[in-house]
Amino acid sequence: MTAPTGNDAFVEFERVQKSYDGETLVVKDLNLTMPKGEFLTMLGPSGSGKTTCLMMLAGFETATHGDIRLGGTSINNIPPHKRGIGMVFQNYALFPHMTIAENLSFPLEVRKMGKSEREEKVRRALDMVEMGAFGGRRPAQLSGGQQQRIALARALVFEPELVLMDEPLGALDKQLREKMQFEITHLAHRLGITVVYVTHDQTEALTMSDRVAVFNDGVIQQLAPPDVLYEEPANSFVAQFIGENNTLEGEVLEIKDGIAVVKLDDGELIDCKPVNVSKPGERTRVSIRPERVEYNKDRLQEGAHTLKAEVLEFIYMGDIFRTRLRVAGNDEFIIKTRNAPDQVRLQPGQQIEIGWLPEDCRALDA
Amino acid sequence: MTDTTQTGPVLAADGTPLKKSLARALRMQKLRALMLIAPLLLFVLITFLLPIADMLFRSVENNIVSDTLPNTVVALEDWDPNSGEAPGEEVFAALAVDLKAAAEAKTHTKVGTRLNYENPGISSLFRKAGRKVKKWDTEADGPFKEKFLEMDDAWGDIGVWQTIQTYSPKLTNGYFLNSVDLKKGNDGIEVRPENERIYIRLFIRTFIMSLIITGACIVLGYPVAWILANLPSRTANLLMILVLLPFWTSLLVRTSAWKVMLQQQGVINETLVWLGLVADDARLVMINNQFGTIVAMTHILLPFMILPMYSVMQTINPSYLRAAKSLGATNWTAFWRVYFPNSVPGIGAGSILVFILAIGYYITPELVGGTKGVFISNRIAFHISTSLNWGLAAALGTILLAVVLLLYWTYDKIVGIDNVKLG
Repeated sequence: MTAPTGNDAFVEFERVQKSYDGETLVVKDLNLTMPKGEFLTMLGPSGSGKTTCLMMLAGFETATHGDIRLGGTSINNIPPHKRGIGMVFQNYALFPHMTIAENLSFPLEVRKMGKSEREEKVRRALDMVEMGAFGGRRPAQLSGGQQQRIALARALVFEPELVLMDEPLGALDKQLREKMQFEITHLAHRLGITVVYVTHDQTEALTMSDRVAVFNDGVIQQLAPPDVLYEEPANSFVAQFIGENNTLEGEVLEIKDGIAVVKLDDGELIDCKPVNVSKPGERTRVSIRPERVEYNKDRLQEGAHTLKAEVLEFIYMGDIFRTRLRVAGNDEFIIKTRNAPDQVRLQPGQQIEIGWLPEDCRALDA
Repeated sequence: MTDTTQTGPVLAADGTPLKKSLARALRMQKLRALMLIAPLLLFVLITFLLPIADMLFRSVENNIVSDTLPNTVVALEDWDPNSGEAPGEEVFAALAVDLKAAAEAKTHTKVGTRLNYENPGISSLFRKAGRKVKKWDTEADGPFKEKFLEMDDAWGDIGVWQTIQTYSPKLTNGYFLNSVDLKKGNDGIEVRPENERIYIRLFIRTFIMSLIITGACIVLGYPVAWILANLPSRTANLLMILVLLPFWTSLLVRTSAWKVMLQQQGVINETLVWLGLVADDARLVMINNQFGTIVAMTHILLPFMILPMYSVMQTINPSYLRAAKSLGATNWTAFWRVYFPNSVPGIGAGSILVFILAIGYYITPELVGGTKGVFISNRIAFHISTSLNWGLAAALGTILLAVVLLLYWTYDKIVGIDNVKLG
């Protein structure tokens, strides 16, 4: 989670733009600097330009404008096969006509490596992903998770310093995905490789990355470590996209001493932390995370702001309770509470009071 | 629910064995499926399988001699073809009886025609004899040897009798021997004289030219299929129409178009002469030879190569190529080591299709092949419709069928027929 400086920049995007049709920009003015050894995730909805960025880095797309540098040298005109970047594809792209060992041996063969050295490296790479016994099989004979491991091993076997991963876990079921998330992060940190990881799954992004770049509309909305991203979203897109979020719309009345007073659309006044609102009269969306909302009076912290709410729906989810409320005219206000023995289970129709700390309540752009 | 502790067959709820119960449940479905395919099955059986069986039988069938000349065949059994002498009186007497009966039934010319395939001249001999023998009294008019010799000296020719004796059995391999430029002699199988050997050469030519056509189709079709598979679907569909366009034009029209293009006064020659690349008196001969056949057939068979290749290439994930490049392979290595092996099933399917179609092709070689560019099928057609030697035509066809099946089998052994994808 080190902040990148100009000196140790390993991967750099400088003013990169990309257009496919000459009319619209898929990537608009991208600037990004990554130090060596970082695990960076590009997160965003489909069509946000994240995969295009990855493809430009890999060399399969050319930047329409701007400079992409790897280890200080511009790679704009270097063909993909000379970039020495390992890549894991969404569908693994294991060569179906080769055995697992041949798949792994392929990058070494094209590098004209000797047979014994090749075999040694293939064996090590297979052991690394705990697939040592599978060298003689064909990709079609492996399960999705196993293919995933092999794709990873193949991207690492020629010891690249930079590895790109394009939604590598998208095709796996939930349990396996969670397991692989840990394995990939551990492996990346153990080997000290730099990883650029593309996903549209925010949980994946939060659990795996050192830093996350949230893409939307061809622009990085926020580039920050996961905790900052979640707790201090820079704008309403990030707040909405990362995790669950409650939004209340209103107008800024005044900003004073780091507190913004917001008049909600139903007339309620609340105190918020101004993030990207600057002057009174501006429209704003106030963002509160569901787990920061408290309805148990005994637990309300000092200085908490309270509002009236009506319970609409109570959903039992096992480890947590999810309750849908009507708050200030918003029917989709969600609160989450832990399933503790003393926790109250709310009933639909119940009138309650909810509260939160002003610093958990962020006034963002409308 | 069945009781799992009991031994023996698993029982359905009503106590009948489960297998029987299942079979009964599926019987209606099977019956319906059978009825749905029945019309096609019958059609294929009647128009395809039975004719093939008939052809296979005709290639060895030889009833006509023993049916028409039953007594002669029996009488000839004792004759030694290497004795140097024509058979004796009893054979001629038997022949007189047989020929009289045959002439009355008007079948003597047919057996003459049959034997004429093996020994030219016999046909007229039989026709003439038939006319005369009809008037003889087979009981009293002997001795017949003199009468026959008087009628035509050729009846004393040992060759004629050898032919009749050789082709007496009801089944013969004579047609097959003919098809491979051999013949039945007195002492077994002989090679035909040099000037009569045509079929082996024709088979080899058919084979080689089909290979060349298949090769040309691969070379021309592969890039097209690749483009089709890698273009956005709208453009690909438009190009696909262009590929399929020839299918919507009559085969004859397409072949005739090649005549217009390739002939000495044709488009290509005129253009070359006009450009000064070819002298007016040295126009290229591109039609009525092998070149013309190869060009026209490559054009006609090309879609059969492109379509299976295209359908296979469409299934090749483009990320394979990207993966190969990201692993350090140059464009060529990525293509050759990764893309090409995955496209082989398409090449295989296309090649089988084109080769099998080519090896039995008839119309195009007939129209643009001249004499040097004709295929074995043209010879088969000749025997079917002109020389009427159906036995030989059947034998040639059987050999062709056997060669194709053999190739198919070999392909299956080497590449595996499971690897062939037509779509």
